[in-house]
Amino acid sequence: MVVVSKSPVHSVLYLIITFFTIAGHYVLLNAEFLFIVHIIVYAGAIMVLFLYVIMMLNLNIEMEPHKSTMLKFAATICAGLLLIVLVGSLKGTEALPASAVADPDLGSVQRLGKVMFDEFLLPFEISSVLLLAAMVGAVMLGKSEKANDIL
Amino acid sequence: MNALPIDYYVWLSATLFTIGVLGVLYRRNAIIIFMCIELMLNAVNLLLVAFSARLNDPSGQVFVFFIMAVAAAEVAVGLAILVTMYRATRSTDINILNRLKW
Repeated sequence: MVVVSKSPVHSVLYLIITFFTIAGHYVLLNAEFLFIVHIIVYAGAIMVLFLYVIMMLNLNIEMEPHKSTMLKFAATICAGLLLIVLVGSLKGTEALPASAVADPDLGSVQRLGKVMFDEFLLPFEISSVLLLAAMVGAVMLGKSEKANDIL
Repeated sequence: MNALPIDYYVWLSATLFTIGVLGVLYRRNAIIIFMCIELMLNAVNLLLVAFSARLNDPSGQVFVFFIMAVAAAEVAVGLAILVTMYRATRSTDINILNRLKW
């Protein structure tokens, strides 16, 4: 649905549905903290960003010129081949042995926080620098030429 | 609590990832290509969470958290580039970027 719908707005709405179903899977997998973060980051931030850009650029009319049929065919063939490769490689694997008793608070904030600030402290700090760099970069890129003259 | 076998999650993630790849190859609208990249990232996230729940290892969920941070940064910069490109060409068709070649 995300791929085939004509209008970008419909694509975004289908993508939001997909994200919410993935969030449901996180709840099923005992990852409550990730569930909340997923809802906030994806449905709250990223999708709003997408919708905002679509509205700002006025893209909700279909303006995409038609690709040649051969290219579409080639794209479908490539994706199908990738799926076949994935299926083939996964068929050969044997089932994982059943794990020990599942931990009900595996995804709790407390445990994740202990792990994150203990052994993953350096990546955490680096990701904060990355976010800062992305923010500065986005502002620089999004600045219009007129604003450039003023500065 | 592991009600579902992990195989189902593996298949679901593989299918989602393939749909994302298909979208990147199939469409020419840059904004939809971004969405398909998000779809692929989410397929990987789902698989990481499934295996982390299966193996009782919280490291996988921390990894997913970092992937989300990187995805947010990527989308912010990518959409800014898209806006710049739209200002320059009045279109989001990636074929116009052919002009960057020379």
